[in-house]
Amino acid sequence: MTEHSDFDKVSGETTTGHEWDGIKELNTPLPRWWVITFYLTIVWAVGYWIVYPAWPMLWSHTTGVLNYSSRADVAVELANLEKIRGDKMVKLGAAPLAEIEKDPALLALARARGKTVFGDNCAPCHGSGGAGAKGYPNLNDDEWLWGGSLDQIMQSIQFGVRSGHAKAHESAMLAFGKEGVLKKDQIVTVANYVRSLSDLSTAVGYDKSLGAKIFADNCTSCHGDAGKGKQELGAPDLTDKIWLYGSDETTLVETITNGRAGVMPAWVGRLDPPTIKALAVYVHSLGGGK
Amino acid sequence: MNKPVNPTDLQLEDDGPLYVAQKKVFPQSVSGTYRRIKWGLMAFCLGVYYLLPFVRWNRGLGAPDQAVLIDLPNSRFYFFFIELWPQEVYYFTGLLIVAAITLFLMNSVGGRVWCGYLCPQTVWTDLFYAVERLVEGDRRERMRKDAARGTMKLQRFSELLLKHSIWLMIAWWTGGAWVLYFNDAPTLVKQLVTFQAPMLAYIWIAILTATTYVLAGFMREQVCVYMCPWPRIQAALTDEWALNVTYKYDRGEKRTSLKKANELRALGEPVGDCIDCCQCVAVCPTGIDIRDGAQLDCIQCGLCIDACDTVMTKIGRETRLIGYDNDINIHRRQAGKPPVYRIVRPRTVVYVAMIAGVGALMLYALLTRTLLDVSVLHDRNPVAVKLSDGAIRNAYTVRLLNKRGFDRVIAIDIDGPVNATVHVVGVDAVPPDRPMIVLGRDQTTELRLLVTAPAANNPKKSIPVHFRVTDIGLGEVASATDNFVTP
Repeated sequence: MTEHSDFDKVSGETTTGHEWDGIKELNTPLPRWWVITFYLTIVWAVGYWIVYPAWPMLWSHTTGVLNYSSRADVAVELANLEKIRGDKMVKLGAAPLAEIEKDPALLALARARGKTVFGDNCAPCHGSGGAGAKGYPNLNDDEWLWGGSLDQIMQSIQFGVRSGHAKAHESAMLAFGKEGVLKKDQIVTVANYVRSLSDLSTAVGYDKSLGAKIFADNCTSCHGDAGKGKQELGAPDLTDKIWLYGSDETTLVETITNGRAGVMPAWVGRLDPPTIKALAVYVHSLGGGK
Repeated sequence: MNKPVNPTDLQLEDDGPLYVAQKKVFPQSVSGTYRRIKWGLMAFCLGVYYLLPFVRWNRGLGAPDQAVLIDLPNSRFYFFFIELWPQEVYYFTGLLIVAAITLFLMNSVGGRVWCGYLCPQTVWTDLFYAVERLVEGDRRERMRKDAARGTMKLQRFSELLLKHSIWLMIAWWTGGAWVLYFNDAPTLVKQLVTFQAPMLAYIWIAILTATTYVLAGFMREQVCVYMCPWPRIQAALTDEWALNVTYKYDRGEKRTSLKKANELRALGEPVGDCIDCCQCVAVCPTGIDIRDGAQLDCIQCGLCIDACDTVMTKIGRETRLIGYDNDINIHRRQAGKPPVYRIVRPRTVVYVAMIAGVGALMLYALLTRTLLDVSVLHDRNPVAVKLSDGAIRNAYTVRLLNKRGFDRVIAIDIDGPVNATVHVVGVDAVPPDRPMIVLGRDQTTELRLLVTAPAANNPKKSIPVHFRVTDIGLGEVASATDNFVTP
């Protein structure tokens, strides 16, 4: 602005010398306090360098005289949270399992805690909403291999299924084909018979009485005479609409030939007792709990 | 505002100045119509501000009895008979819209009415000037004392000490009243004087004391001229019919001294009414000359009108040489035509209609506001669950709002899927299929609700489902709609 600054007769002010299409920009200086304030903010910023972490160094950074760290802040906040949560979780741990759902405050706590823990530990197999997948049970429905009462759900979470834990649910479906108990054509026949139990269509020309006989000889010890299943053995009900692995003939033949032995780990020891309790209540409250 | 500068002076100095020094303003005391209006409005505004927190309003047991209270920890806003929840923030939106259009309306009728009479910056600055005048004396004395600064005498020092003490006291009261809007006022006052109040209260009082003291005591007109966006905005809102504080140059020019004017008048020569006494400049709180015409620095407080009227009365000329007027009328008078005033014109009519419209809408919303509310969120994963007997179940998160000050029992009914049953987790349905829930006073309740229906009766992929919540005692009803989805 130095070389072209100019005087504007109309306004009585100087111009900056900048000109666009014959229009010149007036030089309107800022008030002194404004300029001083501006410089003060710069000085203030220098204060920040000294007080707070500011400059990156080769391997680290300047820490500032306050030795402030946002990570330390987070650690304190988390510790506070754990303290608040700890008190509440002790209350949850002390409450009888059956009473938790009756107390709105405890139910809300158990559901909130259960949801978080479920997302961290259970969702990889059962899905984030507990909807399951092929081979991994849907926890929202009313079919329970090992029982859907609060106590039974909690037991399954604690010790798992075929997890290697001494108290785990152990029994598994025999591999009738692999073990040589049943031949291929017998397996196909009994697979069709199983389909008929839940009113699914059967293959043309299949022998129902033969299927019933094979079923009675091999399957009823676990699945029951009517195919209704036995929870103490983890044997599913074959007459209902829910199929863990699928209800088509090919899948059934595969199941009978190779057996099924899905695994769920034991959570006792990995999660503390109140957390397992919260998890049991959460799973129970998904909707399928008995 | 800008006195013509001798060009030759500036050419010596090739660079423009980096900054301008703040010119000191020493407004003179004045009396008249607009001064009286300003005193009245100041008393009213400050009275409302300082005393409103102490007004009580009975809301029943357990609820605060302060008429106006912003309860941040519980996120409630109380205003006499109204209690607002955070999700009802649209009432504030509506209020802000009405306030904005009211500003536009004021502007199109009487110019910067807000700036001149109602703005907190103007009101507090006016009060601080009054204190300054009381302690240090009027314009001439203050100018004299200011010119003699550096040779501080004990009397001058005690004067300044007194002035700043009073200023700080007013500023402290301003901050003190502010925090009372966020707490029960009598309790907080007791806590404050016994030093038992929360630290936050003292911090806020300190902040507002500092801002009031600095803004009203030192920054003054600088706030209006450099910091406030409103003068810039209102320049775009004014129009040729708006009445602004105007020097009627058709009457005033050609200005000359009283003696010369009388001589010229005796000779029958044309001469203006303005005797160039500069009283309008002396009383101006922003230190401008209104005779330069409408300008950004003018807050239109009307004090120059009072000053000029006093002079005009003294010299026996007609008053309102400066008054609320516009250029149209100046030109009309120059052309020998009578002035016209058009308060009612499309712009003002539209503003009034907008204020009435938004106001009516807000009033309608307030009168039909429900004190029982329900919102429903469908489970996303899984969307639907197939049960062992083939039935379909959908799960919903239901949030119930009880805005009343007492507990109440509600029943939930649904309507939509054929042969559907309802279950609320943790609640036994008595009678069957009609879950009853107790809602705590003035709070929300979240429930997990399961709807089960046979697949055979509900062949459609998605069926609308209505949730109806009924207060068993009062019969109040709230409802929400979602979908029942089959896989």
